[in-house]
Amino acid sequence: MGFDPEGVFFCPEPEIQLSSVIFNEKDISRAVTRIAHEILEKNKGADKLALVGIRTRGATLAQRLAKKINEIESTTVSLGILDITLYRDDLGTSKQSPEVKKTDISFSLEGKDIVLIDDVLYTGRTIRAAIDALIDFGRPATVQLGVLIDRGHRELPIRPDYIGKNLPTSKSNQVQVHLKEDDGVDEVILINILNKKG
Amino acid sequence: MSIALKNILGTRGLGREDISTILNTANAFKEISTRPIKKVPTLRGRTVINLFFEPSTRTRTSFEIAGKRLSADVINITGSTSSAVKGENLIDTARNLEAMNPDIIVIRHACAGAAELISHFTESSIINAGDGAHEHPTQALLDLLTIQEHKGSLDGLRVVIVGDIAHSRVVRSNIFAMKTMGMDVRLVGPPTMIPFEIERLGVEVSHNLAEAIRDADVIMMLRVQTERQNKFLLPSLREYSNLFCLTSEKLERAPEDILIIHPGPVNRGIEIALDVMQDERSLILDQVTNGVAIRMALMYLLLGGSDDGLN
Repeated sequence: MGFDPEGVFFCPEPEIQLSSVIFNEKDISRAVTRIAHEILEKNKGADKLALVGIRTRGATLAQRLAKKINEIESTTVSLGILDITLYRDDLGTSKQSPEVKKTDISFSLEGKDIVLIDDVLYTGRTIRAAIDALIDFGRPATVQLGVLIDRGHRELPIRPDYIGKNLPTSKSNQVQVHLKEDDGVDEVILINILNKKG
Repeated sequence: MSIALKNILGTRGLGREDISTILNTANAFKEISTRPIKKVPTLRGRTVINLFFEPSTRTRTSFEIAGKRLSADVINITGSTSSAVKGENLIDTARNLEAMNPDIIVIRHACAGAAELISHFTESSIINAGDGAHEHPTQALLDLLTIQEHKGSLDGLRVVIVGDIAHSRVVRSNIFAMKTMGMDVRLVGPPTMIPFEIERLGVEVSHNLAEAIRDADVIMMLRVQTERQNKFLLPSLREYSNLFCLTSEKLERAPEDILIIHPGPVNRGIEIALDVMQDERSLILDQVTNGVAIRMALMYLLLGGSDDGLN
Protein backbone atom coordinates (compact mmCIF):
# COMPACT_ATOMS: atom_id res chain seq x y z
CA MET A 1 0.00 0.00 0.00
CA GLY A 2 1.31 3.48 -0.84
CA PHE A 3 0.48 7.09 -0.16
CA ASP A 4 0.29 9.41 -3.14
CA PRO A 5 1.07 13.16 -3.00
CA GLU A 6 -2.61 14.13 -3.03
CA GLY A 7 -3.27 12.21 0.14
CA VAL A 8 -5.25 9.34 -1.33
CA PHE A 9 -4.46 5.74 -0.45
CA PHE A 10 -3.97 3.40 -3.35
CA CYS A 11 -3.00 -0.19 -3.90
CA PRO A 12 -0.47 -0.67 -6.73
CA GLU A 13 -1.11 -3.71 -8.91
CA PRO A 14 1.41 -6.38 -7.96
CA GLU A 15 4.08 -7.18 -10.52
CA ILE A 16 3.58 -10.69 -11.86
CA GLN A 17 6.20 -12.70 -13.71
CA LEU A 18 4.97 -15.59 -15.82
CA SER A 19 7.75 -17.80 -17.05
CA SER A 20 7.59 -20.77 -19.36
CA VAL A 21 10.30 -23.15 -20.50
CA ILE A 22 10.35 -23.04 -24.29
CA PHE A 23 13.50 -25.08 -24.90
CA ASN A 24 14.68 -27.94 -22.69
CA GLU A 25 17.95 -29.84 -22.53
CA LYS A 26 17.08 -32.12 -25.46
CA ASP A 27 15.89 -29.23 -27.63
CA ILE A 28 19.14 -27.35 -27.03
CA SER A 29 21.21 -30.44 -27.79
CA ARG A 30 19.30 -31.07 -31.06
CA ALA A 31 19.65 -27.45 -32.12
CA VAL A 32 23.41 -27.51 -31.46
CA THR A 33 23.78 -30.70 -33.48
CA ARG A 34 21.76 -29.30 -36.39
CA ILE A 35 23.67 -25.99 -36.40
CA ALA A 36 26.99 -27.88 -36.35
CA HIS A 37 25.90 -29.75 -39.51
CA GLU A 38 24.63 -26.56 -41.16
CA ILE A 39 27.92 -24.78 -40.48
CA LEU A 40 29.87 -27.66 -42.03
CA GLU A 41 27.51 -27.86 -44.99
CA LYS A 42 27.68 -24.16 -45.77
CA ASN A 43 31.45 -23.93 -45.34
CA LYS A 44 32.14 -27.27 -47.08
CA GLY A 45 34.04 -28.74 -44.13
CA ALA A 46 36.08 -27.31 -41.30
CA ASP A 47 39.39 -26.49 -43.02
CA LYS A 48 39.18 -22.72 -42.82
CA LEU A 49 36.58 -22.65 -40.08
CA ALA A 50 36.90 -20.96 -36.67
CA LEU A 51 34.25 -20.40 -33.99
CA VAL A 52 34.21 -17.31 -31.81
CA GLY A 53 31.81 -17.26 -28.87
CA ILE A 54 30.59 -14.06 -27.25
CA ARG A 55 30.91 -14.11 -23.47
CA THR A 56 29.38 -15.60 -21.43
CA ARG A 57 26.85 -18.08 -22.84
CA GLY A 58 27.83 -17.59 -26.46
CA ALA A 59 31.29 -18.82 -25.47
CA THR A 60 29.77 -21.90 -23.83
CA LEU A 61 27.64 -22.63 -26.91
CA ALA A 62 30.69 -22.18 -29.17
CA GLN A 63 32.54 -24.76 -27.07
CA ARG A 64 29.68 -27.25 -27.51
CA LEU A 65 29.48 -26.56 -31.25
CA ALA A 66 33.25 -26.97 -31.63
CA LYS A 67 33.07 -30.30 -29.81
CA LYS A 68 30.28 -31.46 -32.09
CA ILE A 69 32.09 -30.30 -35.25
CA ASN A 70 35.29 -32.02 -34.09
CA GLU A 71 33.32 -35.27 -33.63
CA ILE A 72 31.71 -35.07 -37.06
CA GLU A 73 34.84 -34.13 -39.01
CA SER A 74 37.53 -35.74 -36.78
CA THR A 75 39.40 -32.44 -36.66
CA THR A 76 40.16 -29.66 -34.18
CA VAL A 77 38.41 -26.47 -35.10
CA SER A 78 39.87 -23.16 -33.80
CA LEU A 79 37.87 -21.69 -30.95
CA GLY A 80 38.00 -18.16 -29.55
CA ILE A 81 36.24 -16.21 -26.82
CA LEU A 82 35.27 -12.58 -27.24
CA ASP A 83 34.35 -10.06 -24.53
CA ILE A 84 32.61 -7.15 -26.24
CA THR A 85 32.32 -4.82 -23.22
CA LEU A 86 34.98 -2.42 -24.50
CA TYR A 87 33.15 -2.08 -27.84
CA ARG A 88 29.69 -1.41 -26.43
CA ASP A 89 27.83 1.67 -27.66
CA ASP A 90 26.13 2.23 -24.31
CA LEU A 91 29.18 2.75 -22.09
CA GLY A 92 28.60 5.66 -19.76
CA THR A 93 24.85 5.08 -19.61
CA SER A 94 24.81 2.58 -16.78
CA LYS A 95 25.76 3.70 -13.30
CA GLN A 96 29.07 1.89 -13.10
CA SER A 97 31.52 0.48 -15.58
CA PRO A 98 30.41 -3.01 -16.67
CA GLU A 99 32.75 -5.83 -15.77
CA VAL A 100 35.40 -6.60 -18.39
CA LYS A 101 36.56 -10.18 -18.86
CA LYS A 102 39.34 -11.67 -20.93
CA THR A 103 39.16 -11.96 -24.69
CA ASP A 104 41.03 -15.01 -25.93
CA ILE A 105 41.60 -15.33 -29.67
CA SER A 106 44.94 -17.08 -30.04
CA PHE A 107 44.78 -17.88 -33.77
CA SER A 108 45.15 -15.69 -36.84
CA LEU A 109 41.88 -14.59 -38.44
CA GLU A 110 43.44 -13.99 -41.87
CA GLY A 111 41.53 -15.93 -44.53
CA LYS A 112 39.37 -17.77 -41.98
CA ASP A 113 35.62 -18.27 -42.09
CA ILE A 114 34.56 -17.05 -38.66
CA VAL A 115 31.26 -18.07 -37.12
CA LEU A 116 30.27 -15.73 -34.27
CA ILE A 117 28.14 -17.51 -31.70
CA ASP A 118 25.76 -15.89 -29.22
CA ASP A 119 22.86 -17.17 -27.12
CA VAL A 120 20.11 -14.64 -27.91
CA LEU A 121 19.90 -12.28 -30.88
CA TYR A 122 17.78 -9.22 -30.04
CA THR A 123 18.65 -5.64 -31.07
CA GLY A 124 21.81 -6.68 -32.91
CA ARG A 125 23.96 -4.17 -31.01
CA THR A 126 26.05 -6.88 -29.34
CA ILE A 127 26.80 -8.39 -32.76
CA ARG A 128 27.78 -4.97 -34.13
CA ALA A 129 30.25 -4.63 -31.23
CA ALA A 130 31.49 -8.18 -31.77
CA ILE A 131 32.16 -7.59 -35.49
CA ASP A 132 34.08 -4.40 -34.66
CA ALA A 133 36.12 -6.27 -32.05
CA LEU A 134 36.79 -9.14 -34.45
CA ILE A 135 38.05 -6.86 -37.22
CA ASP A 136 40.63 -5.45 -34.77
CA PHE A 137 42.21 -8.91 -34.70
CA GLY A 138 42.63 -9.23 -38.46
CA ARG A 139 40.78 -9.68 -41.75
CA PRO A 140 38.73 -12.87 -41.88
CA ALA A 141 37.47 -14.20 -45.24
CA THR A 142 33.87 -14.22 -43.97
CA VAL A 143 32.04 -13.53 -40.73
CA GLN A 144 28.88 -15.55 -40.13
CA LEU A 145 26.48 -15.52 -37.21
CA GLY A 146 24.92 -18.36 -35.27
CA VAL A 147 22.46 -17.90 -32.40
CA LEU A 148 20.44 -20.25 -30.24
CA ILE A 149 17.40 -17.95 -30.05
CA ASP A 150 16.38 -15.16 -32.45
CA ARG A 151 13.78 -13.07 -30.65
CA GLY A 152 13.43 -10.31 -33.26
CA HIS A 153 13.25 -6.51 -32.67
CA ARG A 154 16.47 -5.71 -34.55
CA GLU A 155 17.76 -2.12 -34.36
CA LEU A 156 20.60 -2.68 -36.83
CA PRO A 157 20.76 -4.42 -40.23
CA ILE A 158 22.00 -7.76 -38.87
CA ARG A 159 20.74 -11.20 -39.87
CA PRO A 160 21.81 -14.59 -38.45
CA ASP A 161 23.05 -17.44 -40.69
CA TYR A 162 22.28 -20.24 -38.23
CA ILE A 163 19.31 -20.17 -35.84
CA GLY A 164 18.38 -22.63 -33.10
CA LYS A 165 14.84 -21.29 -32.76
CA ASN A 166 12.90 -18.28 -33.99
CA LEU A 167 10.97 -16.96 -31.01
CA PRO A 168 8.42 -14.18 -31.57
CA THR A 169 8.45 -11.96 -28.47
CA SER A 170 7.21 -8.60 -27.34
CA LYS A 171 9.75 -6.05 -26.12
CA SER A 172 8.52 -6.40 -22.54
CA ASN A 173 9.38 -10.12 -22.54
CA GLN A 174 12.66 -11.43 -21.24
CA VAL A 175 14.44 -14.40 -22.76
CA GLN A 176 16.92 -16.20 -20.54
CA VAL A 177 19.23 -18.93 -21.76
CA HIS A 178 20.61 -21.15 -19.01
CA LEU A 179 23.43 -23.56 -19.76
CA LYS A 180 24.81 -26.31 -17.52
CA GLU A 181 28.37 -24.94 -17.55
CA ASP A 182 27.24 -21.48 -16.37
CA ASP A 183 23.92 -22.04 -14.61
CA GLY A 184 23.77 -25.75 -13.75
CA VAL A 185 20.80 -26.45 -16.06
CA ASP A 186 20.08 -26.47 -19.81
CA GLU A 187 16.92 -24.50 -20.66
CA VAL A 188 15.54 -21.42 -22.40
CA ILE A 189 12.91 -19.46 -20.46
CA LEU A 190 10.50 -16.84 -21.75
CA ILE A 191 9.43 -14.44 -19.01
CA ASN A 192 6.28 -12.36 -19.38
CA ILE A 193 6.12 -9.47 -16.91
CA LEU A 194 2.64 -8.08 -16.16
CA ASN A 195 2.13 -4.66 -14.53
CA LYS A 196 5.81 -3.89 -14.91
CA LYS A 197 7.00 -1.28 -12.41
CA GLY A 198 8.70 1.90 -13.63
CA MET B 1 31.52 -5.88 -9.74
CA SER B 2 32.51 -2.31 -10.23
CA ILE B 3 33.90 0.61 -8.31
CA ALA B 4 32.10 3.81 -7.39
CA LEU B 5 35.08 6.12 -7.14
CA LYS B 6 35.61 9.47 -8.77
CA ASN B 7 39.32 9.84 -8.06
CA ILE B 8 42.27 7.57 -7.35
CA LEU B 9 44.22 9.65 -4.85
CA GLY B 10 45.77 6.81 -2.88
CA THR B 11 45.39 3.18 -1.93
CA ARG B 12 44.43 4.20 1.60
CA GLY B 13 40.79 4.76 0.68
CA LEU B 14 40.46 1.58 -1.36
CA GLY B 15 38.64 -1.44 0.05
CA ARG B 16 39.36 -5.09 -0.61
CA GLU B 17 36.54 -5.27 -3.19
CA ASP B 18 37.81 -2.17 -5.00
CA ILE B 19 41.32 -3.55 -5.27
CA SER B 20 40.07 -6.97 -6.45
CA THR B 21 37.92 -5.28 -9.10
CA ILE B 22 40.85 -3.19 -10.31
CA LEU B 23 43.17 -6.23 -10.46
CA ASN B 24 40.60 -8.40 -12.29
CA THR B 25 39.86 -5.64 -14.79
CA ALA B 26 43.57 -5.06 -15.39
CA ASN B 27 44.00 -8.77 -15.95
CA ALA B 28 41.42 -8.66 -18.75
CA PHE B 29 43.08 -5.57 -20.26
CA LYS B 30 46.52 -7.22 -20.52
CA GLU B 31 45.45 -9.11 -23.62
CA ILE B 32 44.85 -5.88 -25.59
CA SER B 33 48.54 -5.01 -25.42
CA THR B 34 49.44 -8.32 -27.07
CA ARG B 35 47.20 -7.80 -30.14
CA PRO B 36 48.52 -6.67 -33.51
CA ILE B 37 46.18 -3.67 -33.28
CA LYS B 38 46.66 -2.51 -29.69
CA LYS B 39 43.61 -0.30 -29.46
CA VAL B 40 39.98 -0.56 -28.38
CA PRO B 41 37.40 2.22 -28.94
CA THR B 42 36.20 2.34 -25.34
CA LEU B 43 37.20 5.90 -24.37
CA ARG B 44 36.85 7.46 -27.81
CA GLY B 45 36.35 11.20 -27.48
CA ARG B 46 37.52 11.34 -23.87
CA THR B 47 40.46 13.50 -22.86
CA VAL B 48 43.24 12.58 -20.44
CA ILE B 49 45.76 15.20 -19.32
CA ASN B 50 49.10 14.04 -17.94
CA LEU B 51 50.34 16.83 -15.66
CA PHE B 52 53.85 15.92 -14.56
CA PHE B 53 55.79 18.35 -12.37
CA GLU B 54 58.51 15.77 -11.65
CA PRO B 55 60.71 13.78 -14.02
CA SER B 56 59.33 10.40 -15.11
CA THR B 57 59.71 8.11 -18.09
CA ARG B 58 58.00 4.93 -16.95
CA THR B 59 54.91 6.33 -15.30
CA ARG B 60 54.19 9.11 -17.80
CA THR B 61 54.70 6.87 -20.83
CA SER B 62 52.62 4.16 -19.17
CA PHE B 63 49.69 6.53 -18.59
CA GLU B 64 50.02 7.89 -22.14
CA ILE B 65 50.04 4.41 -23.69
CA ALA B 66 47.15 3.30 -21.45
CA GLY B 67 45.02 6.26 -22.55
CA LYS B 68 45.86 5.83 -26.21
CA ARG B 69 45.14 2.08 -26.22
CA LEU B 70 41.66 2.96 -24.97
CA SER B 71 41.33 5.57 -27.78
CA ALA B 72 41.32 8.56 -25.41
CA ASP B 73 43.09 11.76 -26.46
CA VAL B 74 46.13 12.16 -24.24
CA ILE B 75 47.85 15.49 -23.65
CA ASN B 76 51.17 15.69 -21.82
CA ILE B 77 52.21 18.69 -19.79
CA THR B 78 55.54 18.64 -17.98
CA GLY B 79 56.65 21.01 -15.23
CA SER B 80 59.24 22.76 -17.34
CA THR B 81 56.83 23.40 -20.23
CA SER B 82 53.88 24.50 -18.07
CA SER B 83 52.94 27.98 -16.94
CA ALA B 84 54.30 27.02 -13.52
CA VAL B 85 57.59 28.41 -14.82
CA LYS B 86 55.84 31.76 -15.24
CA GLY B 87 54.66 31.62 -11.65
CA GLU B 88 51.15 30.20 -12.02
CA ASN B 89 50.12 28.30 -8.92
CA LEU B 90 48.81 24.75 -8.96
CA ILE B 91 45.18 25.64 -8.25
CA ASP B 92 45.10 28.13 -11.13
CA THR B 93 46.70 25.57 -13.45
CA ALA B 94 44.04 23.05 -12.43
CA ARG B 95 41.21 25.56 -12.95
CA ASN B 96 42.52 26.48 -16.39
CA LEU B 97 42.83 22.86 -17.45
CA GLU B 98 39.33 22.24 -16.09
CA ALA B 99 38.01 25.01 -18.32
CA MET B 100 39.00 22.83 -21.29
CA ASN B 101 36.83 19.96 -20.00
CA PRO B 102 39.20 17.03 -19.64
CA ASP B 103 37.81 13.76 -18.26
CA ILE B 104 40.87 12.64 -16.31
CA ILE B 105 43.83 14.58 -14.97
CA VAL B 106 46.83 12.48 -14.01
CA ILE B 107 49.13 14.44 -11.73
CA ARG B 108 52.62 13.95 -10.37
CA HIS B 109 53.94 16.60 -8.04
CA ALA B 110 56.74 16.97 -5.49
CA CYS B 111 54.31 18.07 -2.76
CA ALA B 112 52.31 15.54 -0.75
CA GLY B 113 48.60 16.23 -1.15
CA ALA B 114 48.89 17.94 -4.55
CA ALA B 115 46.51 15.45 -6.19
CA GLU B 116 43.91 15.85 -3.48
CA LEU B 117 44.23 19.63 -3.56
CA ILE B 118 43.40 19.91 -7.26
CA SER B 119 40.57 17.39 -6.91
CA HIS B 120 38.70 20.08 -4.96
CA PHE B 121 38.92 22.48 -7.90
CA THR B 122 37.99 20.24 -10.81
CA GLU B 123 35.08 18.12 -11.96
CA SER B 124 37.46 15.78 -13.78
CA SER B 125 38.61 12.53 -12.21
CA ILE B 126 42.06 12.83 -10.68
CA ILE B 127 44.61 10.01 -10.69
CA ASN B 128 47.57 10.51 -8.38
CA ALA B 129 50.77 9.50 -10.18
CA GLY B 130 52.91 10.29 -7.14
CA ASP B 131 52.70 13.17 -4.69
CA GLY B 132 55.89 13.86 -2.72
CA ALA B 133 56.60 11.08 -0.23
CA HIS B 134 52.89 10.46 0.26
CA GLU B 135 51.29 7.99 -2.20
CA HIS B 136 51.78 6.44 -5.64
CA PRO B 137 48.69 4.22 -5.88
CA THR B 138 49.07 2.96 -9.47
CA GLN B 139 52.55 1.64 -8.65
CA ALA B 140 51.22 -0.30 -5.64
CA LEU B 141 48.37 -1.74 -7.73
CA LEU B 142 50.70 -2.90 -10.48
CA ASP B 143 52.96 -4.46 -7.84
CA LEU B 144 49.96 -6.38 -6.48
CA LEU B 145 48.94 -7.48 -9.99
CA THR B 146 52.47 -8.78 -10.64
CA ILE B 147 52.57 -10.65 -7.32
CA GLN B 148 49.07 -12.09 -7.79
CA GLU B 149 49.95 -13.33 -11.27
CA HIS B 150 52.89 -15.33 -9.96
CA LYS B 151 51.56 -16.44 -6.58
CA GLY B 152 47.89 -17.02 -7.44
CA SER B 153 46.50 -15.15 -4.47
CA LEU B 154 47.64 -12.35 -2.18
CA ASP B 155 46.19 -13.43 1.15
CA GLY B 156 48.79 -14.29 3.78
CA LEU B 157 51.84 -13.56 1.60
CA ARG B 158 54.89 -12.13 3.37
CA VAL B 159 56.50 -9.16 1.68
CA VAL B 160 59.84 -7.63 2.61
CA ILE B 161 60.38 -4.03 1.48
CA VAL B 162 63.99 -2.85 1.56
CA GLY B 163 65.46 0.63 1.37
CA ASP B 164 64.57 4.24 2.02
CA ILE B 165 61.17 3.72 3.62
CA ALA B 166 60.92 7.30 4.90
CA HIS B 167 61.11 8.98 1.50
CA SER B 168 59.13 6.42 -0.48
CA ARG B 169 55.57 7.04 -1.69
CA VAL B 170 55.65 3.59 -3.28
CA VAL B 171 56.06 2.01 0.15
CA ARG B 172 53.21 3.91 1.72
CA SER B 173 50.79 2.99 -1.09
CA ASN B 174 51.98 -0.60 -0.95
CA ILE B 175 51.60 -0.87 2.83
CA PHE B 176 47.98 0.34 2.70
CA ALA B 177 47.07 -1.90 -0.25
CA MET B 178 48.92 -4.96 1.01
CA LYS B 179 47.44 -4.74 4.51
CA THR B 180 43.98 -4.40 2.94
CA MET B 181 44.61 -7.55 0.92
CA GLY B 182 45.68 -9.50 4.00
CA MET B 183 49.44 -9.57 3.40
CA ASP B 184 52.24 -9.32 5.97
CA VAL B 185 54.69 -6.49 5.43
CA ARG B 186 58.21 -6.30 6.85
CA LEU B 187 60.31 -3.17 6.33
CA VAL B 188 64.10 -3.33 6.17
CA GLY B 189 66.56 -0.44 6.04
CA PRO B 190 69.02 1.62 8.05
CA PRO B 191 67.37 3.26 11.11
CA THR B 192 67.77 6.72 9.55
CA MET B 193 65.52 5.67 6.67
CA ILE B 194 62.72 4.10 8.70
CA PRO B 195 60.19 6.53 10.18
CA PHE B 196 59.62 6.49 13.92
CA GLU B 197 56.53 4.48 14.94
CA ILE B 198 55.86 3.15 11.42
CA GLU B 199 54.86 -0.10 13.20
CA ARG B 200 51.54 1.59 13.88
CA LEU B 201 50.59 0.86 10.27
CA GLY B 202 50.68 -2.83 11.18
CA VAL B 203 54.12 -3.62 9.76
CA GLU B 204 57.28 -5.21 11.19
CA VAL B 205 60.67 -3.48 11.11
CA SER B 206 64.06 -5.14 10.74
CA HIS B 207 67.57 -3.89 10.06
CA ASN B 208 69.04 -7.16 8.84
CA LEU B 209 68.30 -7.98 5.20
CA ALA B 210 69.60 -11.57 5.08
CA GLU B 211 67.66 -12.41 8.22
CA ALA B 212 64.44 -10.72 7.06
CA ILE B 213 64.11 -12.51 3.71
CA ARG B 214 64.47 -16.04 5.11
CA ASP B 215 60.73 -16.72 5.11
CA ALA B 216 59.60 -14.10 2.56
CA ASP B 217 57.41 -14.69 -0.52
CA VAL B 218 58.22 -11.38 -2.17
CA ILE B 219 61.10 -8.96 -1.82
CA MET B 220 60.69 -5.39 -3.01
CA MET B 221 63.87 -3.34 -3.41
CA LEU B 222 63.52 0.44 -3.37
CA ARG B 223 65.66 2.88 -5.25
CA VAL B 224 68.10 4.93 -3.18
CA GLN B 225 66.73 8.35 -4.03
CA THR B 226 69.99 10.16 -4.50
CA GLU B 227 68.12 13.31 -5.65
CA ARG B 228 66.23 13.56 -2.33
CA GLN B 229 69.18 12.46 -0.21
CA ASN B 230 71.00 14.54 2.34
CA LYS B 231 74.28 13.51 3.83
CA PHE B 232 72.87 12.73 7.27
CA LEU B 233 70.94 9.64 6.14
CA LEU B 234 73.87 7.51 5.01
CA PRO B 235 77.56 7.53 5.86
CA SER B 236 78.22 6.39 2.26
CA LEU B 237 76.52 4.61 -0.62
CA ARG B 238 79.15 1.89 -0.29
CA GLU B 239 78.19 1.14 3.26
CA TYR B 240 74.49 1.08 2.28
CA SER B 241 75.33 -1.27 -0.53
CA ASN B 242 77.27 -3.61 1.74
CA LEU B 243 74.36 -3.96 4.10
CA PHE B 244 71.25 -3.61 1.94
CA CYS B 245 72.15 -4.38 -1.67
CA LEU B 246 70.31 -7.54 -2.81
CA THR B 247 73.10 -9.84 -3.99
CA SER B 248 72.87 -13.44 -5.07
CA GLU B 249 74.81 -14.28 -1.92
CA LYS B 250 72.11 -12.77 0.32
CA LEU B 251 69.40 -14.24 -1.91
CA GLU B 252 70.67 -17.76 -1.18
CA ARG B 253 69.14 -17.47 2.28
CA ALA B 254 65.69 -16.77 0.83
CA PRO B 255 63.13 -19.40 -0.22
CA GLU B 256 63.58 -20.78 -3.76
CA ASP B 257 60.33 -19.34 -5.08
CA ILE B 258 60.79 -15.77 -3.80
CA LEU B 259 59.76 -13.01 -6.22
CA ILE B 260 61.94 -9.93 -6.69
CA ILE B 261 60.31 -6.64 -7.62
CA HIS B 262 61.58 -3.07 -7.91
CA PRO B 263 59.55 0.04 -8.81
CA GLY B 264 62.37 1.44 -10.95
CA PRO B 265 64.40 3.23 -12.04
CA VAL B 266 67.16 0.94 -10.78
CA ASN B 267 70.55 2.07 -9.47
CA ARG B 268 72.45 -0.99 -10.66
CA GLY B 269 74.89 -2.24 -8.05
CA ILE B 270 73.58 0.03 -5.26
CA GLU B 271 70.29 -1.52 -4.13
CA ILE B 272 70.28 -4.56 -6.40
CA ALA B 273 73.19 -6.51 -7.91
CA LEU B 274 73.50 -6.94 -11.67
CA ASP B 275 73.15 -10.72 -11.63
CA VAL B 276 70.05 -10.50 -9.40
CA MET B 277 68.39 -8.21 -11.95
CA GLN B 278 68.90 -10.92 -14.57
CA ASP B 279 67.61 -13.64 -12.23
CA GLU B 280 64.47 -15.30 -13.58
CA ARG B 281 62.70 -14.56 -10.31
CA SER B 282 63.17 -10.85 -10.94
CA LEU B 283 59.92 -9.39 -12.33
CA ILE B 284 61.02 -5.80 -12.93
CA LEU B 285 59.94 -5.75 -16.58
CA ASP B 286 56.70 -7.66 -15.87
CA GLN B 287 55.86 -4.80 -13.52
CA VAL B 288 56.25 -2.29 -16.35
CA THR B 289 53.97 -4.37 -18.63
CA ASN B 290 51.40 -4.66 -15.86
CA GLY B 291 51.59 -0.91 -15.25
CA VAL B 292 49.92 -0.23 -18.60
CA ALA B 293 47.12 -2.72 -17.81
CA ILE B 294 46.50 -1.22 -14.35
CA ARG B 295 46.28 2.30 -15.75
CA MET B 296 43.94 1.18 -18.55
CA ALA B 297 41.76 -0.53 -15.95
CA LEU B 298 41.60 2.58 -13.76
CA MET B 299 40.73 4.88 -16.67
CA TYR B 300 38.03 2.46 -17.77
CA LEU B 301 36.59 2.06 -14.28
CA LEU B 302 36.58 5.83 -13.70
CA LEU B 303 34.97 6.71 -17.04
CA GLY B 304 32.95 3.63 -18.07
CA GLY B 305 29.94 4.51 -15.90
CA SER B 306 27.69 7.56 -15.96
CA ASP B 307 28.12 10.60 -13.73
CA ASP B 308 25.35 9.65 -11.30
CA GLY B 309 27.27 6.50 -10.43
CA LEU B 310 30.06 8.60 -8.95
CA ASN B 311 30.11 9.80 -5.41
